[in-house]
This record gives sequence, C-alpha cells and structure tokens, in this order.
Amino acid sequence: MTVTVYVPRDSGAKALGADRVADAIGAEIARRGVDARVVRNGSRGLYWLEPMVEVQTANGRVAYGPVRPADVASLFDCGFLAGDQHRLWLGRAEAIPFLQRQTRLTFARCGITDPVSLADYRAHGGLRGLQAALAMTAEEIVATVTESGLRGRGGAGFPTGIKWNTVRETPGAQKYIVCNADEGDSGTFSDRMIMEGDPFVLIEGMAIAGLATGATKGYVYLRSEYPDAAVILDEAMAAARAAGVLGPDILGSGRAFDMEVRIGAGAYVCGEETALLDSLEGKRGQVRAKPPLPAHKGLFGRPTVVNNVISLASVPIILDRGAAFYRDFGMGRSRGTIPIQLAGNVRHGGLFEAAFGMTLGELVDDIGGGTASGRPVKAVQVGGPLGAYFPPALFDTPFDYEAFAAKDGLIGHAGIVVFDDTADMLKQARFAFEFCAVESCGKCTPCRLGSVRGVELLDRLAADVTPQRQLETVTDLCETMKFGSLCALGGFTPYPVMSALTHFPDDFRPRAVPQAAE
Amino acid sequence: MQQATTDVMATARTIAERWKGAEGPLLPILNALQAELGHVPRETLPVIAETLNLTRAEVYGVVSFYHDYREHPPGRHVLKLCRAEACQAMGGDAVAERLAARLGAGFHETAADGSVTVEPVYCLGLCACAPSAMLDGRVIGRLDEAAIEEIAAEVQR
Repeated sequence: MTVTVYVPRDSGAKALGADRVADAIGAEIARRGVDARVVRNGSRGLYWLEPMVEVQTANGRVAYGPVRPADVASLFDCGFLAGDQHRLWLGRAEAIPFLQRQTRLTFARCGITDPVSLADYRAHGGLRGLQAALAMTAEEIVATVTESGLRGRGGAGFPTGIKWNTVRETPGAQKYIVCNADEGDSGTFSDRMIMEGDPFVLIEGMAIAGLATGATKGYVYLRSEYPDAAVILDEAMAAARAAGVLGPDILGSGRAFDMEVRIGAGAYVCGEETALLDSLEGKRGQVRAKPPLPAHKGLFGRPTVVNNVISLASVPIILDRGAAFYRDFGMGRSRGTIPIQLAGNVRHGGLFEAAFGMTLGELVDDIGGGTASGRPVKAVQVGGPLGAYFPPALFDTPFDYEAFAAKDGLIGHAGIVVFDDTADMLKQARFAFEFCAVESCGKCTPCRLGSVRGVELLDRLAADVTPQRQLETVTDLCETMKFGSLCALGGFTPYPVMSALTHFPDDFRPRAVPQAAE
Repeated sequence: MQQATTDVMATARTIAERWKGAEGPLLPILNALQAELGHVPRETLPVIAETLNLTRAEVYGVVSFYHDYREHPPGRHVLKLCRAEACQAMGGDAVAERLAARLGAGFHETAADGSVTVEPVYCLGLCACAPSAMLDGRVIGRLDEAAIEEIAAEVQR
C-alpha cells in the first residue's frame, strides 16, 4: 500500500525550508524505490516544530520535526514510513499537547487535508454547512449565524448575523460579499494559515454568506505580502468551480455565487473596511466617513457584506452543527472559539484555537512556554500594532472582547506578540506613532499629523528635553487621536502608546545620555 | 531606447485593455504592470488613464498612494524585510543593520552594483518564525547569521 507523507506547503513552513524537505523526501522515495507519495498539506500551526512532517500509519499520523533536508536520509533509515522512532519523532500528531489542548472548529481540517483537494475536503466534513444552508431560507441562515453569537474576527467584534441581516434587507440588484484578507497586524497569521491550509472553508463560508444576503458575487481582498496564499486560493477556486461549488448553479440548487481574488498593493489602512472598498474600486485606499454603512452602500455603492477571513471561515461549521453547538463555547458575550496566534519572542509560537476565556497568562506562559530567548517576559502586545502592551501583572485577564476592553486593551485579530526584558517600551511607543505615520491614509488630521508629532514628542522625551511637558503633551495628543480620528488607525494608535506609558513608566524616565569620549 | 519605450507602452496598453471591462480594474492593471516590468513607469500612466477614462492625476494619485508601486526599476533582486513588532521582538532591527552592511543597501535603497533593492514590509505573516524576509517572492524565516550569508550569496551571485 502506498504510504502518504505530509509536508506542509504553508508559507511559514516554507520559510523554514519545507520545500527543500519535500524535495529531499521525494528524491529519497525515488532513490529507494519505496511505495510512498508526498502530499503538501497545510500547517498544524506548531511553528517551532516546522517543517513538521507526518506519516500516515496504521496507528494514525505520526509526526517528526523540525525536519531539515539533511535529516531525510536518516528518517528513512530509521523506518519513519512505518512511524518508527527517530531523534525527531514526536509521536501521534493529535497527541502533541499543544494540539490536544485546542478546540479546533474553524481550523478543524487545517494541516490535515490537502488544501486543494475537494475530495479531501468533503471526506473531512466539508460542504455540509453549504448543503444545510441550501435547504434553508435566507432568514433562517441569518438567524442561525446571529444565534451562534459569532462576532467579527477582524477585530471590531461586530455581530456577524446582524451585519448580514442589514444586507439581506437592503434592496439591490447586485450585492457583494467582500472578504477582508488584508491581514496586516503584526503577530497575526490565522487568515494566511486558513487560506493556505483549508481555502475551501473560506469559499464555503462566502457562498453561504451569498445565500443569506442575496449576493451573487464575492471578492477576496488579499494583501500582496501573501503570494503563496494567492496561488492556493486560485487552485482551490478552480477546483470548486469545476465541481459546481461555485458558479451559476451551486451544488445543483439553481442558486448562483462566484468569487475572485484581488491583490492589494501594500497599504495597512486597506484592512479598514471602507478603505478596502475604495481600493477594490481602484482608488486610493482612503477611509470613508460612516454612514452610509457598507451594508447599505458598499462596493460601487451597492449593499455589501465585509467580513474578515476567520469570520467567514467559521460560518460553515455553524451551519453544519447548529447555532447552539457553536454558542456553547466561550464566555460572556464572546461566543465560540478564536484562533489565537502566539508570536514574536515565544518558545512555542503558533496557532492555538480555543474557546474564549483562557487567561493571557495561560496562553503566554503555559501554552507558549514563555520566551524563546529564555529571559523573563516583559510585555505582550495583543491585537496587532494598534493593540495595547500588557505587563505580566495583567496576565489574569481572560481572552474575551469585553475583558480586554475593561483593561484598556483589545483582542483585535487575536495575535499575541511576546517581548522579553530587553524590550525598550519607549522605542515601542515611538514605533507605534511611526507606523501610524507611514500607513496613515491622510484623510483625517489627528492621524496624519498626530502620528508625526507623536514621534517628535517621544524623540524629545528620549533626549530629555523638558520630559514632563512631553509626557503631558503625548497624553493630550493621544486623547485627540483617540476621539478625533476617522478610523481605528489613528483612533487606536494611542493604545500601544498609552499602555506602554502606563505600565512601563520607568522606560520613559530620563536616561543617562552616553558621553562622548573626546 | 526608443524601442524600449515603445515596448513599455505596448505592454501597458495590452494589460490595460485586458482588464478594462472588469470591476475596479486599476489595481489589477498596476499590479500586472509592475509584475511585468518591475516598476510602474511614469510614462505609462497616460495610457492607463486613457483606457479607463480616468484623469492622469487620478491614476498618479493611486500609484503614489500604495507602498508597493515603484517608479524606478529595482535591483536584480528585491529583498522585503519585515520591520513589524513580532520581528522586532526577535532582534529584527539588528538583522536589518547587519543586512544593510552586508548588502550595501538599507531600507528604500538599491546596492551600488544594482544587485538588490531592500524594501521595508510591515508583516509577512511569519510572526511565529521571526525575524522574517521575502527574497524575490520566496519567504525566509528565523533570519540568523547563516540565513543572512545565504541571502548575500544569492543576491551577489
């Protein structure tokens, strides 16, 4: 019987040499004349073990990692095709604690299937949500999503069902489903992972959104920094179209939905939904004033759903298993699961999908294993470049939209970037302003000018020029940006700045200026 | 030179015509043009404007808005180096300095020998294997001294 060897084609794994490992395994199979084949799967999300190679055995899938090309010959020598012991042997993949402790709903198939095999997708429960949706009315689909408690996973946390209902009720000859795949937040990669590891779940989610709202056309607005995801999405859409999952007659229902991928051009602000719509229309990616809401007047002025990748990819399982199944996970008003991304200076970096409610400390220390450098954790930034820096003193905060807001933070797109004690929080605060200045769309003054002034103020502070006055002015500037900006870029830049100032005041005190030797 | 300019204009016209009927065609056109030529030459903007029935100012406004579009041809290789927080937390700034010295080009610069252009990028989604970079579209994670040397060897070959 042919043995199947899995080597991820996820770009995180490729960045660590997965292509070379796959080539080496292919060459070794040919050289030894063994009956085996290589399948390029998605990543399981255990990046400290990537490239993680898995072998299908009678006892399940046995994992090895991190595998370098030079390890391949010895793997074959040790009998890895039968799942035998080796220095890199990790045992059954599912039994690795980092995976075992997760609740994988949205990422149920990611890392298991061949991302572009529709047969694999179906065999692992794919398309059941779409089939269920086809048997329902639009109102029933929307009601199911609303009852599930699903909130926008892009960061704003707006109830998905309510947004869909607005589009459903708004008349329009052409409506659109726009998937926001402009995942620009540092420390986040869940959109990338699902698009590269299980693109059909996004396609299925978009098709369901189309059925629920009467939209027949979808766009994925994908950032240009993700070329590997673009290739995989294209392959998956072609397969879906060939099988009638997309097109004029979805699964023989007589209902139409099709989609295409549009690539951005390197502008962080296009992750803001109205800037994204302008960019899709071929304009400068500038933020629009709301109202009108995109649900009323969105792409080309037509009713449009704009949802994050993970929101849409979470819909199929809700339709398949029902609203109650999904809603039963989580805490408070944060229902279901969220793929948390552990990044930066962390020992066990990767993707951890769990129900809302775990504490930040559990995630960083227990799941993440502390820092990669082995030094103490100084701070973690949660929610991307516009998220707050949290000190270990706040590690009892549960991962939940409202709990984070109560601590002057946000969970955003659920990325956690860990910093060790060598981090300089004044430098991080300055970077937040600098980033805002680089990426500001320029439409509103607090963001466009405030960000530049912020950099100048912190430079003066670092140079010990009337430090108390600089601190007061920065605080005042942050108030202005928070309440006066048109969108979250200018409005949330105060989060990293003020959290750094509040929790790490020592880093903002005058420091000894090195004297010149002469 | 005359010949080269004619080719560039023909390329721009072909690409613009191909996308003309699509919804929101400007970004796909500019992306395709840059993929083809390595940059978006200023002289092609009138052609694009004319094809899409836009003003030159509108097209220039879009080109100048997005970080990806280059007005001038890059070096033989393009290295996009991540400057965002996850990479900072893993010593990204030091790696950037080391690469600048090794390649002879800092951010927004092209090496004097034309071997490589270095561009900043804010996140490649490789945050669990930081610091990261992308060389000619190929992703590279956990940039260490060996990886820096490998990049240098590749661009200077």
